[in-house]
Amino acid sequence: MNAKEIRKLFPILNQKVNGHRLVYLDSAATSQKPIQVIEAIDRYYREYNSNVHRGVHTLGTLATDKYEGAREKVRKFINAKETAEVIFTRGTTTSLNFVAQGYARNFIGEGDEIVITQAEHHSNFIPWQQIAKKTGATLKFIPLAEDGSITVEAAEQTITPKTKLVAMGYVSNVLGSINPIKEVAKIVHRYGGVMVVDGAQAAPHLKVDVQDLDCDFFAFSGHKMAGATGIGVLYGKRYLLEKMEPIEYGGEMIDFVELYDSTWKELPWKFEGGTPIIAGAIGLGAAIDFIESIGIDEIREHEKKLVDYAMERLSEIKGLKIYGPKQRSGLVTFTMEEAHPHDIATVLDAEGIAIRAGHHCCQPLMKWLNVSSTARASFYLYNTEEDIDALVQGLIKTKEYFGNVFSG
Amino acid sequence: MSSLDDLYRRVIMDHYQKPRNRGEFEDGALTVNMNNPTCGDRIQLQMKIEDGKVTDARFTGEGCSISMSSASMMTEAIKGLTVEEALKMADLFSRMMKGEATEEEIEDADLGDIEALQGVSKFPARIKCATLAWKAMEKGLREQPN
Repeated sequence: MNAKEIRKLFPILNQKVNGHRLVYLDSAATSQKPIQVIEAIDRYYREYNSNVHRGVHTLGTLATDKYEGAREKVRKFINAKETAEVIFTRGTTTSLNFVAQGYARNFIGEGDEIVITQAEHHSNFIPWQQIAKKTGATLKFIPLAEDGSITVEAAEQTITPKTKLVAMGYVSNVLGSINPIKEVAKIVHRYGGVMVVDGAQAAPHLKVDVQDLDCDFFAFSGHKMAGATGIGVLYGKRYLLEKMEPIEYGGEMIDFVELYDSTWKELPWKFEGGTPIIAGAIGLGAAIDFIESIGIDEIREHEKKLVDYAMERLSEIKGLKIYGPKQRSGLVTFTMEEAHPHDIATVLDAEGIAIRAGHHCCQPLMKWLNVSSTARASFYLYNTEEDIDALVQGLIKTKEYFGNVFSG
Repeated sequence: MSSLDDLYRRVIMDHYQKPRNRGEFEDGALTVNMNNPTCGDRIQLQMKIEDGKVTDARFTGEGCSISMSSASMMTEAIKGLTVEEALKMADLFSRMMKGEATEEEIEDADLGDIEALQGVSKFPARIKCATLAWKAMEKGLREQPN
């Protein structure tokens, strides 16, 4: 793949920020959108904006076809068995909370265990912490290896016959570590528990096959994979989704409504109360088409090269510390002796370089790393080695800038 | 990098590198903890109040150059002020960050080193860094028992 050519398909990248060519290195927070996605959403609003699943009119039928067509694209993208297992949500956070409220809260109780890790994003941390508090279940943590990664052995030692649910990120948004989901799922299943996967940082960057992983739930967001904000997916195995009660009651999700009781639509609509995120779903469908036109494996290879290059170049900077394992997805989290992460981000911003600074919604992990915040550069298919060179130049400037101010 | 120089004025970096009033009181003091949840900066501010006056102040915490230097400057500035004067200064500082304070007001207040933080107002993402210590001070003084 040719990242320079791909870059041209992203209108936002063709601009100057603070007088410099925009170098966008914050795709782990949200990715940019290619013209194909922007146009797909635009076309929906211009040409066939209508509600889905109700009208008999032409536009309504067209909107429904496109909306359900997007669901089929998602199914194929993650290799789910059937579209009934693909629920559109507002994003990863909503998806994980659906599992917490709809599944965990009803099927987990006192004496049971919920197992997570200290490396989780808050959205895959707090729901389980709170469910454990409410149900009286015990919250346990798989200990992290020295480099922050999760090993199968550590999982094996933590998961027990009492474990009813394990929730784990596929790819860490801070460390970039790629966790052994398939192996951990096997352990959980041996004891009859369910495996919940936060796939927010995985789905945009590497091939996801939910049947091969044999996970029970898989959550991800559209906006991190070239789609719009406000659209996400919850995949769940049919038998589990059928056991679950709806989470949001209202229009669109019902079968019959009587005065004192109601029945629900079949899957997946049982979980899609209210007018769904139609434009977002259609945009996500376009984003998947876009990703597949390039190839997810190609994207992964490209990011691998970029991250290897970035690690090599960044390690040349004295006083810069990189966190996480060597084998990783396309992001690098670091701190510098000379400057606080916010100060780094401000100096880089003046150079047109966008990175993230802060705790990355991972306060427990920051505690584990013994830092209050870090800086993170994250890559996607439109990034080039040139972008990394700009980052390195910017960091050297930061170092010099703060060095000078201090010594002067 | 001229606009950066507006933000990182030498006097700010001096306070960052050599913070004044950093530490804790061993005996009792009015203590306020505050953090900036979006970025992880946190501060513990302690103030001694006697007869309606702030007689001493100290802080500990972690954060960027702007938040820590602002805490250093603020603790210097409020020593000897009445509670009312300190709150007035906090209000002026807050408006200064939003770019709402007039030059005349700022000059009249004789803010000393604190004036160097004016440049922060041009960096919207950093205003919260600068105001953290001041918010802690305001909270402490408003909620104090007398």
